[in-house]
Amino acid sequence: MTQTYDVAIIGAGVVGCAIARRLTLDGARVVVLEKGADILDGASKANSAILHTGFDAPEGSVELACIQEGHREYETLRAGMNLPLDRCGALVLAWTKEQEARLPALIAHARANGVDDVVPLGRAEVLALEPNLNSTLRAGFRVPGESLVDPWSAPHGYLLHALLNGADLERSCEVQGGTFDGDRWTLATSKGPVAARHVVNAAGLYGDRIDQMLLGEAHFTIRPRKGQFVVYDKRAARLARHILLPVPTDKTKGIVVCRTIWGNLLVGPTAEDQDDRETAALDAPTLKMLDAKGAEILPALADEEVTTIYAGLRPASEFKDYQLRTHEGRNMITVGGIRSTGLSAALGLAAHVGRTLAGEYQALPDPTIPRMAMLAEDQTRDWQLPGNDGVLCHCEKVTFREARAALTGPLAPQSFAGFKRRTRATMGRCQGFYCGQAVQDLLDSEGPGHD
Amino acid sequence: MTEFDVIIIGAGPAGLSAATELKRLGVARVLVLERERDAGGIPRHCLHSPYGMREWHRVMFGPAYARRLVDEAREAGAEIRCQTTVTALRPGGEVEVSSPDGVHILTGRAVLLATGARETPRAARLVGGTKPGGVMNTATLQGFATFSGGLPFKRPVIVGTELVSFSALVTCLTHGARPSAMIESGARPTARAVMALAPRLMGVPLRFGTTITAIHGRTRVEAVTLDTPEGAQDIQCDGVVFTGGFRPENALLRNSPLAVDAGSLGPRIDQYGRLSDPAYFAAGNVLHAIETAGWCWNEGRRVARTIDAALRGALPPLGSTLITAKADTDAIKFALPQVLSASDPSVAPAFDRMQLRLSRAYRGDIVMGSTTHRVESRPERRILLPLPRVTEPGP
Ligand SMILES: Cc1cc2nc3c(=O)[nH]c(=O)nc-3n(C[C@H](O)[C@H](O)[C@H](O)COP(=O)(O)OP(=O)(O)OC[C@H]3O[C@@H](n4cnc5c(N)ncnc54)[C@H](O)[C@@H]3O)c2cc1C
Ligand SMILES: Cc1cc2nc3c(=O)[nH]c(=O)nc-3n(C[C@H](O)[C@H](O)[C@H](O)COP(=O)(O)OP(=O)(O)OC[C@H]3O[C@@H](n4cnc5c(N)ncnc54)[C@H](O)[C@@H]3O)c2cc1C
Repeated sequence: MTQTYDVAIIGAGVVGCAIARRLTLDGARVVVLEKGADILDGASKANSAILHTGFDAPEGSVELACIQEGHREYETLRAGMNLPLDRCGALVLAWTKEQEARLPALIAHARANGVDDVVPLGRAEVLALEPNLNSTLRAGFRVPGESLVDPWSAPHGYLLHALLNGADLERSCEVQGGTFDGDRWTLATSKGPVAARHVVNAAGLYGDRIDQMLLGEAHFTIRPRKGQFVVYDKRAARLARHILLPVPTDKTKGIVVCRTIWGNLLVGPTAEDQDDRETAALDAPTLKMLDAKGAEILPALADEEVTTIYAGLRPASEFKDYQLRTHEGRNMITVGGIRSTGLSAALGLAAHVGRTLAGEYQALPDPTIPRMAMLAEDQTRDWQLPGNDGVLCHCEKVTFREARAALTGPLAPQSFAGFKRRTRATMGRCQGFYCGQAVQDLLDSEGPGHD
Repeated sequence: MTEFDVIIIGAGPAGLSAATELKRLGVARVLVLERERDAGGIPRHCLHSPYGMREWHRVMFGPAYARRLVDEAREAGAEIRCQTTVTALRPGGEVEVSSPDGVHILTGRAVLLATGARETPRAARLVGGTKPGGVMNTATLQGFATFSGGLPFKRPVIVGTELVSFSALVTCLTHGARPSAMIESGARPTARAVMALAPRLMGVPLRFGTTITAIHGRTRVEAVTLDTPEGAQDIQCDGVVFTGGFRPENALLRNSPLAVDAGSLGPRIDQYGRLSDPAYFAAGNVLHAIETAGWCWNEGRRVARTIDAALRGALPPLGSTLITAKADTDAIKFALPQVLSASDPSVAPAFDRMQLRLSRAYRGDIVMGSTTHRVESRPERRILLPLPRVTEPGP
């Protein structure tokens, strides 16, 4: 142990990454401790990739405030960091009489949440916007601000922003305990002790465990909630322009149909409670149900090819709202229970943590800003540019130049999965039939090898 | 914008044999575009035999076979550009390509689509469980054997019993892996029965009526759950090879204005191998997933001759008569050619017989126009019938 950091952040999910960025820019000496071989290996590895407006968030909640602050900051920083944003808007759709009856309340709720550009739509208006929708729908409303992002380049960008400006990252570094001497923390990790004045618990699916371990108690319990998805080939993306949302229930936002920033179309997620915090298992009956559900919403989807299937775990707790807590006298902040909107809210949560520690540090005068690889389908991609060294993964058109760039720098991947998240190699329709071996070869010779 | 007589998309057996034949016929500017680093198509990746029987009457291994195809095309005078991906097909033979220099447009008086076929991956089969490493298709397995000098597992499960499944089996056994099982959802192997003896002879259990429902393991495969006639069963393994379930590599096609056959998922062709835009032709597995390399090689040669005729203005105009093949059940997966153009005694059709494929076993009549054929076949087998004479009115 050579130095005492100002802040040690436990967990490099999207929330930990955003907090690392904020505190580093605010002038703190930050270390991020992640138990996974690579970052984004917990809840943040699999989501719907929607940048929410908060139109349906609980009124007056911390969640709402963080989503809205986070969404705004994403819009300001994204150009500088080369992060994509597809402002496609969402349609909330009612298929039954009961759902239709709930629309006015949902619209009023959105307006109360400050989302005042929602537009009620009749059946014909919805169908004019989305002609491929099953025409049995009854009515809906449009939320123009709901947008699509790259769920991985954003958090990678946040953390890289921190790393380029002095933060440290330790991967394969599990926090196993810690003591606070009234002034500083000494965390016991699988890589040895780490000292810091403040600790931020951003451990996602293990947030309650970390509180328990470091404070002796946790005021919430994580109840993992699984979501499974089916993703269709790029051709299917022509079938929907908007994010298609059902009328939500108490428990979940329901099954969404939307494009991805990479030009695919996804159907999901489910909401299935489980005890296991590690494994988000897929199951065939549920995948078939999603496939059928997708075709019910967009009948033409029945003829489209499935590209991939995946599942993620939401770090839900017994509370509806986020569990944000400053532990007075313990120099610790818990950012827990960030269940289903953390991608949208991460920058807002980070701003909140930044304000909590305000006045302790001096903001960096001229921080270096990273420029991320642009993988969005509707933007100019590397395969279109000279000097790209040829295409490595043909379905996703990932170039050798992009692949090699992803293998260098302070945030180079430590696992095959991490490489895929940075480049999308092998994630297209053939799932590695053509390039699987070539990608593995590249990683064996120039990267981290297989995980 | 550069103009060629013929642009061939894909340097596999079909594309390369077409290139060689076009040069032999005296066509001046023949360009083959291949997106991989080297030409040769699937056989280049396949360190096993048999290849080359139809072409050169000898049994060859994939890489040597691919090399010979490439050498012949080059010696005949065709230009082959690798690391060049065709990214869009436009009307009239204009193609958009991406190469290390970025994007540009090339034009061919004729364009041959020879992009081949690929297997159905795990995801599209909706197999549950986790997503560890060590799950792949046969072609990727072959790539490991050929280029990496080793397989990423020792005890994989092989899913499927098509011909290609047995190539997976043999490659495993010759590269230090002993599959823990080979499974088939049907009651019999999809490939010919003799093949079914192979795994047993090699000590690998072959299990019928069995499907894979889940894969387990976090970073590497640890086990799979099988649905068997005796109920659900977990078996230990360290990899899964999903074999077969071939489908055309048709993304380019499906995003183009060219007509696609709903059954084969490949392009709709006439007996000359001509697509709905007469500047485009097709040959090889993009038409029919899946045939042997020799079959595709032969098709490439034959379509080359009709392309040559087209360049000379000797090909009858594109017809509009659709041929439909009807069975008593919906067992027909596809039948091609799908269109009959007028015939001309001076130009031999590239497709002088109907090629049919069944999705399930069928015994009964198949009606095409005014002709009826008695057919008995298992699924995924090649069925050849005479081209119907009929000239039904077009739609
Ligand atoms: C199905 C699904 C769909 C979703 N859709 C959306 C959406 O469209 N829009 C949106 O905004 N949000 C969405 N979300 C929510 C979003 O993904 C989560 O809110 C977010 O990922 C939570 O991030 P986190 O950083 O809090 O947790 P995590 O990503 O889990 O990060 C915590 C990290 O801490 C590490 N860790 C844990 N314990 C330790 C330890 N002892 N030592 C060191 N490291 C440790 C973990 O390995 C992990 O990397 C969705 C979530 C799911 C599951
Ligand atoms: C694992 C496996 C084992 C096999 N074993 C045998 C065997 O033992 N014996 C046998 O006879 N047959 C075998 N086959 C079948 C045989 O390999 C194929 O029939 C044959 O390769 C088909 O030839 P093709 O030219 O149609 O397509 P392919 O060989 O698939 O070639 C198509 C080419 O097109 C290229 N391409 C695709 N899209 C583009 C684009 N947009 N731009 C540029 N280039 C593009 C591809 O990269 C590829 O090189 C096997 C097939 C597989 C998958």
